[in-house]
Amino acid sequence: MSSNSFAYNEQSGGGEATELGQEATSTISPSGAFGLFSSDLKKNEDLKQMLESNKDSAKLDAMKRIVGMIAKGKNASELFPAVVKNVASKNIEIKKLVYVYLVRYAEEQQDLALLSISTFQRALKDPNQLIRASALRVLSSIRVPIIVPIMMLAIKEAAADLSPYVRKNAAHAIQKLYSLDPEQKEMLIEVIEKLLKDKSILVAGSVVMAFEEVCPDRIDLIHKNYRKLCNLLVDVEEWGQVVIIHMLTRYARTQFVSPWREDDGLEDNEKSFYDSDDEQKEKTDKRKKPYTMDPDHRLLIRNTKPLLQSRNAAVVMAVAQLYWHISPKSEAGIISKSLVRLLRSNREVQYIVLQNIATMSIQRKGMFEPYLKSFYVRSTDPTMIKTLKLEILTNLANEANISTLLREFQTYVKSQDKQFAAATIQTIGRCATNISEVTDTCLSGLVCLLSNRDEIVVAESVVVIKKLLQMQPAQHGEIIKHMAKLLDSITVPVARASILWLIGENCERVPKIAPDVLRKMAKSFTSEDDLVKLQILNLGAKLYLTNSKQTKLLTQYILNLGKYDQNYDIRDRTRFIRQLIVPNEKSGALSKYAKKIFLAQKPAPLLESPFKDRDHFQLGTLSHTLNAKAAGYLELSNWPEVAPDPSVRNVEVIDLAKEWTPAGKAKNENPTKKFYSESEEEEDSSDSSSDSGSESGSESGEEDEEGDSSEDSSEDSSSEPESESGHQSDTENRRAAKRNSKTKGKGDSKDGKKENEKSKTSDSSNAESSSVEESSSDSESESESESESESRKVTKEKEKKAKQDRNRLATDASLLDLDDFNPVSTPVALPTPALSPSLIADLEGLNLSTSSSVISVSTPVFVPMKTHVLLHRMSGKGLAAHYSFPRQPCIFGDKMVSVQITLNNTTDKKIENIHIREKKLPIGMQMHVFNPIESLEPEGSITVSMGIDFCDSTQTASFQLCTKDDCFSVNIQPPVGELLLPVAMSEKDFKKEQGMLTGMNETSATIITAPQNFPPSVILQKVINVANAGVVPSGQDNIHRSSSKSLERPDASVS
Amino acid sequence: MSEVVSFKLSVRQSTGHSNCGVLTAFSAASASVRRGPGAESLTGPGLGKMIHSLFLINCSGDIFLEKHWKSVVSQSVCDYFFEAQEKAADVENVPPVISTPHHYLISIYRDKLFFVSVIQTEVPPLFVIEFLHRVADTFQDYFGECSEAAIKDNVVIVYELLEEMLDNGFPLATESNILKELIKPPTILRSVVNSITGSSNVGDTLPTGQLSNIPWRRAGVKYTNNEAYFDVVEEIDAIIDKSGSTVFAEIQGVIDACIKLSGMPDLSLSFMNPRLLDDVSFHPCIRFKRWESERVLSFIPPDGNFRLISYRVSSQNLVAIPVYVKHSISFKENSSCGRFDVTIGPKQNMGKTIEGVTVTVHMPKVVLNMNLTPTQGSYTFDPVTKVLTWDVGKITPQKLPSLKGLVNLQSGAPKPEENPSLNIQFKIQQLAISGLKVNRLDMYGEKYKPFKGVKYVTKAGKFQVRT
Repeated sequence: MSSNSFAYNEQSGGGEATELGQEATSTISPSGAFGLFSSDLKKNEDLKQMLESNKDSAKLDAMKRIVGMIAKGKNASELFPAVVKNVASKNIEIKKLVYVYLVRYAEEQQDLALLSISTFQRALKDPNQLIRASALRVLSSIRVPIIVPIMMLAIKEAAADLSPYVRKNAAHAIQKLYSLDPEQKEMLIEVIEKLLKDKSILVAGSVVMAFEEVCPDRIDLIHKNYRKLCNLLVDVEEWGQVVIIHMLTRYARTQFVSPWREDDGLEDNEKSFYDSDDEQKEKTDKRKKPYTMDPDHRLLIRNTKPLLQSRNAAVVMAVAQLYWHISPKSEAGIISKSLVRLLRSNREVQYIVLQNIATMSIQRKGMFEPYLKSFYVRSTDPTMIKTLKLEILTNLANEANISTLLREFQTYVKSQDKQFAAATIQTIGRCATNISEVTDTCLSGLVCLLSNRDEIVVAESVVVIKKLLQMQPAQHGEIIKHMAKLLDSITVPVARASILWLIGENCERVPKIAPDVLRKMAKSFTSEDDLVKLQILNLGAKLYLTNSKQTKLLTQYILNLGKYDQNYDIRDRTRFIRQLIVPNEKSGALSKYAKKIFLAQKPAPLLESPFKDRDHFQLGTLSHTLNAKAAGYLELSNWPEVAPDPSVRNVEVIDLAKEWTPAGKAKNENPTKKFYSESEEEEDSSDSSSDSGSESGSESGEEDEEGDSSEDSSEDSSSEPESESGHQSDTENRRAAKRNSKTKGKGDSKDGKKENEKSKTSDSSNAESSSVEESSSDSESESESESESESRKVTKEKEKKAKQDRNRLATDASLLDLDDFNPVSTPVALPTPALSPSLIADLEGLNLSTSSSVISVSTPVFVPMKTHVLLHRMSGKGLAAHYSFPRQPCIFGDKMVSVQITLNNTTDKKIENIHIREKKLPIGMQMHVFNPIESLEPEGSITVSMGIDFCDSTQTASFQLCTKDDCFSVNIQPPVGELLLPVAMSEKDFKKEQGMLTGMNETSATIITAPQNFPPSVILQKVINVANAGVVPSGQDNIHRSSSKSLERPDASVS
Repeated sequence: MSEVVSFKLSVRQSTGHSNCGVLTAFSAASASVRRGPGAESLTGPGLGKMIHSLFLINCSGDIFLEKHWKSVVSQSVCDYFFEAQEKAADVENVPPVISTPHHYLISIYRDKLFFVSVIQTEVPPLFVIEFLHRVADTFQDYFGECSEAAIKDNVVIVYELLEEMLDNGFPLATESNILKELIKPPTILRSVVNSITGSSNVGDTLPTGQLSNIPWRRAGVKYTNNEAYFDVVEEIDAIIDKSGSTVFAEIQGVIDACIKLSGMPDLSLSFMNPRLLDDVSFHPCIRFKRWESERVLSFIPPDGNFRLISYRVSSQNLVAIPVYVKHSISFKENSSCGRFDVTIGPKQNMGKTIEGVTVTVHMPKVVLNMNLTPTQGSYTFDPVTKVLTWDVGKITPQKLPSLKGLVNLQSGAPKPEENPSLNIQFKIQQLAISGLKVNRLDMYGEKYKPFKGVKYVTKAGKFQVRT
């Protein structure tokens, strides 16, 4: 605690302050009435005793008092040993207060703070996610360098935690560790990289913050996550949105080419628009390729638009600056409305927003012109707001609106707030220079103001008139004469100096007045302000040169006075002028040019906006507000000439292609085979205990894939952002389902359910795609359009959706699912289609480690025939790779998930030596690779299997798939469902297990709906489709259970 | 040569002089940054972004609470703030962003308190300002008022709240529904119960909202009476000029909701004339897409009171001005008195009564006293602040209220240049001046029948009559 900090407290008076002053060096500062030093000690003894008592209430009281001391800024460090003992307290409130204390004082008492570390380490393993998270929070907030390795370990662990809340805290901890020990940067970047891949909206904002803090230059980490971030944006909490938008703005400026076609600068006012019409044509002609916006660029612009409607001013401002900096100029207009809306907010928000509008309005007047009146000043506005509004009004002034504005300015000039009135006069001056039509009107108006009663107004007018006259060297003798008269009355130095300078400049135009003025000034010289004295000297010199007959003596008198002036500037000037104008033997060559020097044509001052030079700062930043580079400011780079490779953002090529193709194409592909594959699934699900599907995979081909992918995308409701694919496939589903209904009589439920699914999909898709969807649904029958409208009411959230649709869809809302299946739209399209289920019965060998004996792994109930693209043939130079999860225990290790990879050679040459290299796996992950394939014939395909231990997380396993000549980076990310193994158990066992599992992995939701809508089998089908689960026989009709275990920990899911 | 130099000098000084405190503050800011390359080196990598510390300062300049999220920043940093405050003269004019050699101070002024936050590196200033206001809102929500006394009385809760709201300077939980699950607001009953049972105010499970996609609503809400009330409040912002013509007028509205519904209700609110709403900002609960496509507000509401939307009525619509003012204020040359005569009357009020009318006038400084007679209501004049307040009450068209009388001026002083402008407040019940009407409210997802209600009020916002 620094003692000097109390210094100003004394001004507050009262006993406390004086006491603090006296005892600043002592360790304790008591409050209020107990002024004596001895009693302080006693009081602290008292606290110590309370802390050591057995009663929680006493401890709590003591802690509350201590926190009170901290809050007041008093020193409580002496109590450290007594407080730290309570860190393991069972009472959560005591614990939290101890945390508060620890964070505050650990830095000062490092050795003692170490005592608490083990408690946190233990808490990091607590089943309650809140406790794990807060332990990590406090551990990382203790700024003790010794524990850096422990923190590092904790962060790594937490980054892989199942709870997104804990992972969020891990992202925060990254920044803390980095500020404690920048040496850890590389390791932390690894964690950031991992967390950036996280799909939880909870984590996104925090990890981007950590990214900005630790490695803002590692833009390459963003590529793969760019689309995901764009799509998550709307759902991220508002503070995260601000950070992400700022980061993406910078990203866009490095990755895309400029959308500003006409000119490379920001100038965009109408004038240049009209003038350069022809030039533009030339320019466009020159450019051979017309500009087309990168779809990713468009994605960002489109996905941020809804956020302009945010209630949070910071978010609105962030979007505004994004539009300003990266959108085509024609689209940036939409931000003005929202920014003007923010002006209704409190004065601080107004202040910042007006500043930004001021900068914008200089460059693109047109944007804010329609809102001119919103910037009218009210007499109740604080002066700083008034001045900013005035600034904007000036920037917006043009020939059309100037007369209205001048009328408005007239009211302002009369304002009681003289500072503001003065600023208005400056403004009128600027308008006069900017708009030549009104220069004379303004000038005469200002001259009228010279007879104003208020001196400040008059002085300001004088100064402005001086500037105006200087710009218009026309004959304004009358005005100058008028101003010369003012010298008798006006006392403001600036104004006097301005008048003198003006007379000096125009001394030949007012030959009679000038010498007289000099005479008067000579009389009062000694009592003038320094500023005025300098101008008197100047006037003298000029008159001496032009009219020496009349003024020689006067000037010499003034020079003599100046010689002995107190101010050295004036003495200096005097000496200088004397040497220059009074001829003597010493005077050098310069004096010949004295007249040229003094009476040279002076350049007119430019009346510029003080916001003119702010445009090089990114809008909305602190640096922009201060007009100075703040520490940590990241420059916004210029647009690149040529866009860097856009494919770096591709997560899976096939999805990208789908994303941007117009709707309809996929529909045509609706295969006839579909029917069979669909019905097969039905069979599978209805016969839940049957041996799971056994057909071989690779031949089933694309048609199957299509069906499955659609099934899947609706299933877990994480539909793609563009939803075209999702939607189309839904349509397909519906058709398929209808066919099914004919054959199986199950049609109704199936159909209803598909509708339900569809609504989900459409809901989470974004606005643009919904129009596509609507148009396509128009063609559907009426009943469908009804359900369509119903579907619009549907929420994004899974559980609610289900309820509200009055349909039944049992939703497994465990934490896992929320995390991975949340309906957030992602461009990382869902892994697509697949093959090869296979039958495995013997799983006895699996080591179930900690799990109880009742859990035994059973055969997969169902094996989805879905493959996921690993490497698209386009990016793999003809080598295509797909992977799928056969849901069979892995032969390479217990904890591994088996993955089948199908390699296809689509080229006409042989591909040799296909192997895996450079595994970049997150910590703890392991991978068993397949043996190198010597060669693959053209049009040939081969299926290999490998095992990956995902450590029970959905983290991506990245590695390189290499051929003889090339290497391709690929990655596999498992859906959560594939990390599970089905187990067989009785209903009773299930309940038992379920009871034991309550806690962090549990979230339950019961959904009650009309049973006729869905036969149980459909629900089961849905569940097993996403997760590798077994079915538990159920006693009740309307409760369905399925069970599975994760590879490392026991786990159960209920449906 | 020297001539030019001297001239430039005078220009610079003149601008410095003529512009208000804001601009001088900028120059001071840039100066201090220039001053400190030391600052740059200090804030090397990883000193942490966002909010570093928070100080709460009352009107008399006492720092009564401090909270640090990173290492401790000495209170002396506030001296820069006090300096700026002194320069600004008026609390309203303290610049929200101040630059000091090693830190930046971003402050807000709320309810007679300054919230001063210490920042070390680049951060969007609005981010901090919004957050500070959110903190103040939370205090208001918890303690009923955001005052020094309330904060001091509840210092432990304040600390717990701040701890939850910000981690390492980055906002963590700012939704009031989540905070209330983590830290229960103080009530007398609870404090009694706690002292007996030893239970605490701090929750030990993670609020459900934190993990779900609807962080604003907590799970398991139960009410015996299920009610949903909406208040449509519209404010007219206007500037009326001397002759009574409208210089500028627009309508800003908000819909505040008070929702006490059990479970997870999913509401949709539709309007008769949604196209009236030109620019809308939403509570995060509202589904943007449905608004875009159907102009229906569809949402799962937070529990309790919240602002559903705020909107602006499109400027094409002519704004009806419900009152007119006849005024004649004059100050006689070379005499120490003036006349004051103001009459207020209804106009375009759609047949509703205009009530709660107040007229506030900031009189010129030379006014010593006022001697007036109101035909209705009462008036006060504060000779120190020179504020005249006339509490009119209800306007009845039969007998228009007026306030007449003499103004005493300081003798010898020149007569005021400008007549003061009149700030008018009024209220019209059961009317949304824009004509906005709620069509219906539907609830899905729950079985019970809620009690629904909509109330309309029109108020004067920043309603100013220039005289």
